[in-house]
Amino acid sequence: MKPFIFTLRQEPNQRLDLSVLTPDKLLGRTLKEIEAIEIGTTRLPVTVGDIFKLRAGDVHALHYEGGSERFDRLGAKLLPGYEIHVEGDVGAELGRSALGGSITVVGDVGVYAASQNAGARIEIVGHADDFLAAPLAGELTGMSGGKVIVRGSVGVRCGDRLRRGIIIVEGDAGEDLGSRLIAGTIFALHAVEGRVGYLNKRGTIVLAQPYELGPTYVDCGAHHLNFARLFAKSLGEDSRKAATVLKQKLQRWGGDTAVYGKGEILTPA
Amino acid sequence: MPQLIRKGVRIDESFAEAFPMSGTGLIITAPTRKWALIAAHTMTGFATSVIGCGCEAGVDLELSPRDTPDGRPGVRILLFAMSSKDAEKQLVNRLGQCVLTCPGTAVFSAFDGEFSIKVGDALRQFGDKWQISKALDGKRYWRIPVMDGEFLCEAKVGLTKKSVGGGNLLVMGEDWASTMRATEAGVEAIKGVRDAIAPFPGGIVRSGSKVGSQYKGMGASTNDAYCPTLRGVTASALDADIGCVLEIVIDGLTSEAVANAMRAGIKAIVALGPKHGAKRIGAGNYGGKLGPFHYHLKDLLP
Repeated sequence: MKPFIFTLRQEPNQRLDLSVLTPDKLLGRTLKEIEAIEIGTTRLPVTVGDIFKLRAGDVHALHYEGGSERFDRLGAKLLPGYEIHVEGDVGAELGRSALGGSITVVGDVGVYAASQNAGARIEIVGHADDFLAAPLAGELTGMSGGKVIVRGSVGVRCGDRLRRGIIIVEGDAGEDLGSRLIAGTIFALHAVEGRVGYLNKRGTIVLAQPYELGPTYVDCGAHHLNFARLFAKSLGEDSRKAATVLKQKLQRWGGDTAVYGKGEILTPA
Repeated sequence: MPQLIRKGVRIDESFAEAFPMSGTGLIITAPTRKWALIAAHTMTGFATSVIGCGCEAGVDLELSPRDTPDGRPGVRILLFAMSSKDAEKQLVNRLGQCVLTCPGTAVFSAFDGEFSIKVGDALRQFGDKWQISKALDGKRYWRIPVMDGEFLCEAKVGLTKKSVGGGNLLVMGEDWASTMRATEAGVEAIKGVRDAIAPFPGGIVRSGSKVGSQYKGMGASTNDAYCPTLRGVTASALDADIGCVLEIVIDGLTSEAVANAMRAGIKAIVALGPKHGAKRIGAGNYGGKLGPFHYHLKDLLP
């Protein structure tokens, strides 16, 4: 079955709220009805038809040909069994509160991507801005499930308050990776900076390169961990680089002892 | 009793009568095959019969590193009990005492059943709040710190109520040596059948029982009709050329697995022939009124 295609006509002149265009909300609607959906965020009305040329197909798989850094909340509350593919950039809050399904962005994404994601697999082929998988102001937890893979680099405080799930960053990570981590696992396969794992409660951070950690992380020795072997097998298709790191003997740093202290940072021994 | 003959071995026109059971299983892995087997044999020890052991358990298969979740040598064990509650109690107790304690081991679910038993979720507290949970591919695992590193244990393992216990073969021969030779060949063939185990010592039981006893309060007693030393003084089921009877009892995750195991066992015993092996093969039943699963030997012949 061919996917339902949104082809970008022109760069939008305002930020757009694309959370209304998830597959479950388009089921059973005609092309005309979809073209009439309001996606603007200012007093000037903007409809789907103004921005996109539509080509009918199976709405279980949506395909965006062309993106924009003004595409906000794309794939928000996505349900299991649906797919979204974007050829281009995306704005803020990509896949926010998604419950399942899969989103692939061949481009860069804005702030708060995968925020409070609960089960979707989100792959970003370009770079991700600050606060990847982090909660919005006032929220107590960040991402609570699913998997996020960033082939490029990420901004500051990636994985802030991560509750559950896996984040893989194959490029550089900005300051304070995994800050206030509650649980879950974060991989950083290139350079990191700042207070990595600041106030980590019981999460796991895997670094591909040795890093000078703060004094609140305590050396627990070098080990061959069996769970890492299982994890590597599971990650094989998502990130061979991450799997390679896990197959090595790993130095375990326990912390952050400034708080609960049941978390860990693993680095190659 | 009417009999069929295959390669000189007489086969009773009888059937094995079996019962529904709750079945569960584990994959136990370790850094070496030796320690995976030690854990598996320790865990499935004293698990020959539900009558006195609470469950019946045994090794189903040995697994190569390619076939285990963590890429280490492994063993697949199966455990059967009369109720899911008993199966859970036995599994968790045996896991805690025999596998958690065994150096290097890790534990995974052997199959996805229609129900599940909490195992890692039950043992995790041994970690005294240092345990770490990891969710991978929709499954939860517990990393419990122990003195040789970490004990990795899947949170839940599958349980099915569609299991069958009590498939059996009565192997009858001239003397102990020839009967044992045939029975061992049968057990060896059954080892190759997936989802089925023979829980008795070496897969073989010599003390087959009948229902009831002359003593009050005993539910089962020796199967005198198959005891060769009583041939003249009881209503014996044995012919003049039978001097020894050994039984293979089979439990399986499905009725099909039990039938396959019995079929494989019969084939191996028949292949040995009556001169060096068994002269006759029979099956134990209670008249067909107690167990819903009947395995007629004539349907399982090679």
